[in-house]
This record gives sequence, C-alpha cells and structure tokens, in this order.
Amino acid sequence: MTLIKTTYNRRSFFRTTALAGGGMMLGFSWLASCRPTPEQVKNMPKEWFNINAFLKIGDNGVVTIMSPNPEIGQNVKTAMPMIVAEELDVNWDDVVVEQAGLDTEKFTRQLAGGSQSIRQGWQSLRMAGATARAMLLAAAAQRLQVPVEELSTDAGVIKHEKSGQTLKYGEVASAAASVEVPEEVALKDPKDFKIIGTSRKNVDGPKIVRGEPLFGLDIYREGMLVAMIEHPPAFGMKLKSVDATEAKAMPGIKDVITIKSYPDGVERQWSDVNAFPELVAVVGNSTWEVMKAKKALKVEWEAAETLESSEDHEAELTRLLQQKPAKPARRDGNPEAAFRRAAQVIERTYSAPFLAHNPMEPMNFFAHVTPEKAELVGPVQTPEFLRKTVAAVLGMDEGQVSIMLTRMGGGFGRRLYGHFGVEAARISQQMQAPVKLVYTREDDMTQGTYRPAYKVMYRAALDGQGKLIGWHVRGAGVHGSPLFHNRFPAGAVDNYLVENHSLNSNISTGAWRAPRSNFIAFAEQSFLDEVAKAAGKDPIDFRLALFHRAIQNPVGKENDYDAKRYAGVLQLVRDKSGWGKEMPGVHRGVSAYFCHNSYVAQVVDVAMKDNQPTIQKVWCAVDCGIVVNPGSALNQIEGGIVDGIGHAMYSGLSFKAGKPDQSNFNTYRLIRHKEAPPEIETFFVDNGIDPTGLGEPSLPPIAAAVANAMAQATGERLYHQPFMVKTLTLEREIRSI
Amino acid sequence: MAIFQLVVNGKKQQVDVAPDTPLLWVLRDHLQLPGTKYGCGIAQCGACTVHLDGTAVRACSLPVSNVGDKKVTTIEGLSKNGDHPLQQAWIEHDVPQCGYCQAGQIMNAAALLNKNSKPTDEEIAEAMNGNICRCGTYLRIKAAIKTAASKLG
Ligand code: FES
Ligand code: FES
Repeated sequence: MTLIKTTYNRRSFFRTTALAGGGMMLGFSWLASCRPTPEQVKNMPKEWFNINAFLKIGDNGVVTIMSPNPEIGQNVKTAMPMIVAEELDVNWDDVVVEQAGLDTEKFTRQLAGGSQSIRQGWQSLRMAGATARAMLLAAAAQRLQVPVEELSTDAGVIKHEKSGQTLKYGEVASAAASVEVPEEVALKDPKDFKIIGTSRKNVDGPKIVRGEPLFGLDIYREGMLVAMIEHPPAFGMKLKSVDATEAKAMPGIKDVITIKSYPDGVERQWSDVNAFPELVAVVGNSTWEVMKAKKALKVEWEAAETLESSEDHEAELTRLLQQKPAKPARRDGNPEAAFRRAAQVIERTYSAPFLAHNPMEPMNFFAHVTPEKAELVGPVQTPEFLRKTVAAVLGMDEGQVSIMLTRMGGGFGRRLYGHFGVEAARISQQMQAPVKLVYTREDDMTQGTYRPAYKVMYRAALDGQGKLIGWHVRGAGVHGSPLFHNRFPAGAVDNYLVENHSLNSNISTGAWRAPRSNFIAFAEQSFLDEVAKAAGKDPIDFRLALFHRAIQNPVGKENDYDAKRYAGVLQLVRDKSGWGKEMPGVHRGVSAYFCHNSYVAQVVDVAMKDNQPTIQKVWCAVDCGIVVNPGSALNQIEGGIVDGIGHAMYSGLSFKAGKPDQSNFNTYRLIRHKEAPPEIETFFVDNGIDPTGLGEPSLPPIAAAVANAMAQATGERLYHQPFMVKTLTLEREIRSI
Repeated sequence: MAIFQLVVNGKKQQVDVAPDTPLLWVLRDHLQLPGTKYGCGIAQCGACTVHLDGTAVRACSLPVSNVGDKKVTTIEGLSKNGDHPLQQAWIEHDVPQCGYCQAGQIMNAAALLNKNSKPTDEEIAEAMNGNICRCGTYLRIKAAIKTAASKLG
C-alpha cells in the first residue's frame, strides 16, 4: 500500500443532480445484445453524483468514468478508466465510459502521443479512483456511525464486517459528493489488482462493428456546410491567383474563398507545423458536389522557394555523410585510435525514404464560429494547443473556444499537427456557418507532416578476438539526424563516437509513430547482426555480452537505458523462440530496441516459399512494466509489428520538384492482408514496474529482425527501405460495377 | 440532379442527386448512414464496402445511377440487432484498434462467407486483400472470420 498526497483543487468537486439521458451510454456488460433492452435502460441511474473530474456515480451504483485522453486506436479509452475503476474498487460491468472534452483545469496532459498516456496518467488516474473510494467510505462511516477503519470495499459494496452491515456505492454517492476531499489516500498494492492485468474489451467495440457515428468525419449538424481545401501542388509553391467562376456556378456550391490559416503575427504552437498557410476553400452543401467543384477550380500557383526532389535529398544526405561535423554528439575514449588498431573494420550505410502517416480516416474537423464563440469538434491529438492557436487566429479568448474530441480513425502522429482544425475555424468564420472540413485522401497524403528521409553510416572496429572495441556512427536526415547518442550501444563500447547532420527543407515533417526510432532501430540492429557475424559470434550472445559490459562497468554516465531490462527481453525471446535449435527450412533473425520507456526483442522466422522469402512467425518479448489490459496490449503490439513490416517492405513517398509522386493507395503501397505475418506470439516480462508505452515500441525493432532473417534465407543484406520496390498490383480487386 | 429510388437496408429511399454521385456519398450525406467509410475514393482500400444483392462492392466508385433495383446493404443493416456472427466474432476477438476500416472489413467478410462458408486461410487473405487496415489488425480479422464461419457452419 502506498500513501499519496491528493493534488485536487477543491473547486473541481461539486454536487450535481444533472440527469444523464437514460440509455444513451452503454456499459460493456451490456454488449451481448448490442442495443439496450428496456431492462438495461431501466438500469440507468436516475441521478448522477459527481465525485471528481474523472467519475460520477449513479444512485443505483452505475459508475461513469471519463477517459481524458484522445483515442486514436491505442485503446486508452478502455485502459485509462480501468485504472480508475481498479482503485475505486467497482465491478467493471457497472462502468460506463465517456470521452472527456478538453478541460485543462480538470485534467493534465490531454494529449495522445509518444506512448505516454498511460505512463503519465497512471498516478492521477489511480488517485482519482482512490480518492472517490475514500470519500464513499467516509460517507458510509457517517451513515453507519462506525469508524471508517472498520469498513472495507469489494466490487462497489461497502462492508462493515463487525455488524454485517453493507451499503452499495450508489446509496452513499449523494453524501460522498459533499464529503471533504481527503488530503492523502492509500493506493492498492499491485498484487491486489482485480481489473488491471485482466483483458477488457474495447469499450467502443460494439459501436464500431455496428457502424455507429463515432469519428470526426461522421459529424453531422443541421445546416452544416461541407468544405474542402485546395493546397499548392508542390512544397515551395504558393497561391498566385484563383479563377472560381466555373466552380461557383456548380450545383450545391455556396462559395469559393481563400483563407489564411496562419495570418502573419499569430504565434504558432509546436503543433502548428504546416507548409501551406494560404489555401483555397470550396464550400457547399454536400461532399460530392464540393469534390466536383474542387476539380473545376482554375488555380495558378507560383514557386516561392526551391522545389526539392528526392534525388536532391539523396545527394545532399550522401554528401553530409562524407563530412565530419564541427562537434560530435557524443565521444567516449579514443575512437580514432581504436579504428587504427582494429583487426577488422566493418562499414555499412542504411537509408529510408519519406513516409506519409496515412491514417485511414483522412484529416477533417468541424467548426462553428460565431462572433461570441468557436465550437470545434473533431479528431486531434493535441486539443490544448489547437485551442490556443484557434483563439489567437480568431482574436478570441481561449475561454471562448471549446474543443470536443471524437474517436480518431488512426493518427500515428499525423493528428498532433492540428492545422486542419485551424482551417475549419477560419472557413466557418468567413462563411458565418457551421462547417465540416474534409480532406480527400489526396489532400491528406500530399500535404503531410512526413516522416523525413534518413541516411546513416555505421562503422565498427573489432579486435583479433572479435571484441567490439570501437563504434562510430554518422547520421543525417531531413530536419535532423535520426540518432539518439545516449542509447545503446552507448555505455557498452569503450571508444564511441556519434555525429549528426541535418538537412534543411521546405517539406513539412513531424513525428511519425516512434519518431527516429522507427528508422534507426533498423539500421543499428541490422548492422549489429553483421558485426556479430564478422566477430564469429551468435547475434544474441554478442548483444548480451555488450549488455553485460553496460551493467558491470558502463562507459560514461548518461546512458538512456536499463541494460538489465534490455538483456531481459532478449533472453526471454531467445528462450521462448528456442533460438539456436536446428529448424530445417527456417531462417531466423533477431532484433531488440528500447524506446518510449519500453523494451522489445523480436525473432522472425522466414522460410522460402516459391523461391520467395516469406515470414512464417514473429516472436516478441516486451517489458512495458505492468500491463493494464493484456488483450489490447497484444493488439497494439501486433499492430506495431505489422505496421513496421509494412513500411519497411513496401512504403515510401518521393518528390519531384516539390510534388509528391504518390497521392493515394494505388501508388503509395501499404501492407495488406496477404503480406501480414500469419502468426505473432508475444510474451510480457512480469516485473510490477509502473506501466510504460505500448503504442510505439513494438514497431522499431521489427524491420531489422526481418532484414536479418531475410539475409539468412537469401544471403543478401537489405540496407535501403522499402525493401520491395514494387508497384501495386491487386489481383482480383473487387471492383465496383 | 435526378431522382433515384433505392432500397437500402430493406427500406425504400428516394434521393435527388447528380447521377454521378457515388453511392458512398449518397449513403453518408443524404441518407445519414455514416457507417460506410471514406478512405481513398478510388476502390483501393475497401473502407466503403457495401453489398449489392449480397455481393461486395466499393461504394466510393459506384455511381448511384448504376445501382438500379439492386438491394443495398450497409453495415447498419447487416443484421437487425448488430449481432451478425461476424459482428459478434469481431467483439469476441476484440479486433478494432482505431476501428475506422472495420465496417468495410466486416462487410467484405460477410460477402465472402455468403459465397464460401468455409474459407481457408489463403482464401480469406485473398478475398480480404483489397481491404486495408492501417492499424494492422489483419491477424485478428482472420481469426474473427474463422470463428464466425465455424458458427455459421
Ligand atoms: S473509399 Fe472506397 S475503396 Fe477506399
Ligand atoms: S482498425 Fe484502424 S484502420 Fe483498421
């Protein structure tokens, strides 16, 4: 049991008799029948009592728990309430989950990104549940006239052992709502967890499979107009003139306007990455009418800056890799001397292209701006920052801007950059009407905040015994190097040198699922495989020896990883996969990486099928501390693996004169059913440590595990992504008639 | 503009739209059936999959004028109570991540099971290959289809 100080502001507690519409929300115990039966509707409370910002309790014991963070498919809408429910000590079947809107007074960090929702919410969510439980106990003690210490709780029921009396949470909810907030509350011992660590299904699952409106694109309001934007066709271009005569005359079209989403002088937040602040917007009654009018626009664009091509990037990154930067990012020992006395030096170069995020739901946002207020609804990972910018752009106070969050059809980092929300607000302001801004897939793909192109060169020095005595890596990338100089193998090699280069560009880039790690894990772990081979060692033993060194006698102090946990996942995947056993026809590759506070190691089995190397199985070991919801954690891990394989094998975005060569899924290749590995088996390290990230860490290592297994199967190493440069041919695509 | 008579989820509907309007936008904008999703608009992702007389089609690339008297079924009408064996299996396997592609996946899978009630792994992968899941839930989709098939059989 841990005691923690509560950090609530007394103000956030108030008694309410607000009646929630009966039956509008569904608890997941009611899933079986999918629609509420009259019985279930009757089970909705008549009165709700707000206990704190995270939860309210109904007079019949049903509990509503708010999920504060944006839901992009990482399943926090289930996991976060599970943590509250655990400490509150209720039956999960009595819980209803609601998505909270943006409210910075009540919640901290309402942001989805960096796999941090659970890690950073862990304490406050537990506190919310524990505080509410303490208040219910205090109210019950008063009612029963017994000391609070004599009371215990179980699944929403308060018990007084001595007298045998019981009270349900619902019976004291009203009194609890006015109890003084305790200054200190006790948290459960993890071994007593009943909900955390058990698999609970996605709370929105039934709505998703029934096709209920949940997403931003599904928003519909009476009198709402549909808007689409036309942005410059190439990075480096801007609007010159627009002739909208034809478009405006088309049926259903209200107007064609130009908007400045970021007027000069408006302060931009970090989330306001956007290459095209001036746009043409077509506004009309329905999506198809607007789409057609958009095609009829005659817009002239002009080059305002350099129009960059992928060949330029490639040449520049290559040139940078040949240059020594003025200052290294990290330097331990004497790398130059180590390379001079090495028995063997291995040098390899790796690269990867730009990537688009391509969430299945294209960017969109709803805005209704009046002179008094701005109401925004939609899918964004950074609502707090969007509100700041929208207020600044509209010349309003932040208090006049409200943001409601919808479920998001994927994010992968794209919805961190909320310029589409600003654009929607601008359009609504000018049109003086509620507007839903919709991007076509082409708009979405060709004005991204892309994962930048990277190129990196690794060098390793081995002595006569095959010991790694020197490590040198030089990385270059658009808008920054992909390297993390204090990550492994920092601390495990005496002579160590990391150098960075950055290439400037007018192409907008940003965080893409597991930023930088998504590429550098591939390069580093592929390279280590070759180094281990050159040293004549087994690739797992070779890595374990390095971890051993980092544990026993680390080089330097600032090493950003725990070598024991790192080695732990590697050992776990080795044992579970039966690494080292002779398996006829199976070729294996291994890889391990640490990012977003979690450790992942993977083994990939490849077999030759019709002369093609084919993935048979992925083995995965994960150390992410306590696993809140194992079923959904597995889903995240599997998704990250499929995503990582897909992008390493098939995806890439290239440019000609500032214009993306790919604009839809006929040219931008994503992994499909047939290419997904037939089997993924995951194992968790059980260590009781506070939970860490899950949405990202399984992605980075997988590309190297695949490349290393492919090399075993074919004898050929893969250095450049995507591995398979093939155009999309979908045999037997079910086409519309 | 022209008047079109449609039968959607067993209900007669009438819309007044341009003949080239894709069925997808008729469903989403004019009939308030937003369960059918927009993902690409060019028949590449499968998010917009609906049934025409039980066969899977991509609603984004089907002009409303080509629907004729064929019966349209969307995710909202796949089953009366949202309890089609596939919908149940989807929940059992906790398939969705973001969930955006799943209506299209389910509709495509339902059309597959209409034609082939016991598909092999290869047949499933083949039939589902036109449906992209950006979140990578392919393994669970396959498992859910097999569960549903076993219950149907
Ligand atoms: S939206 Fe129709 S196939 Fe993608
Ligand atoms: S669940 Fe997100 S695209 Fe399939």
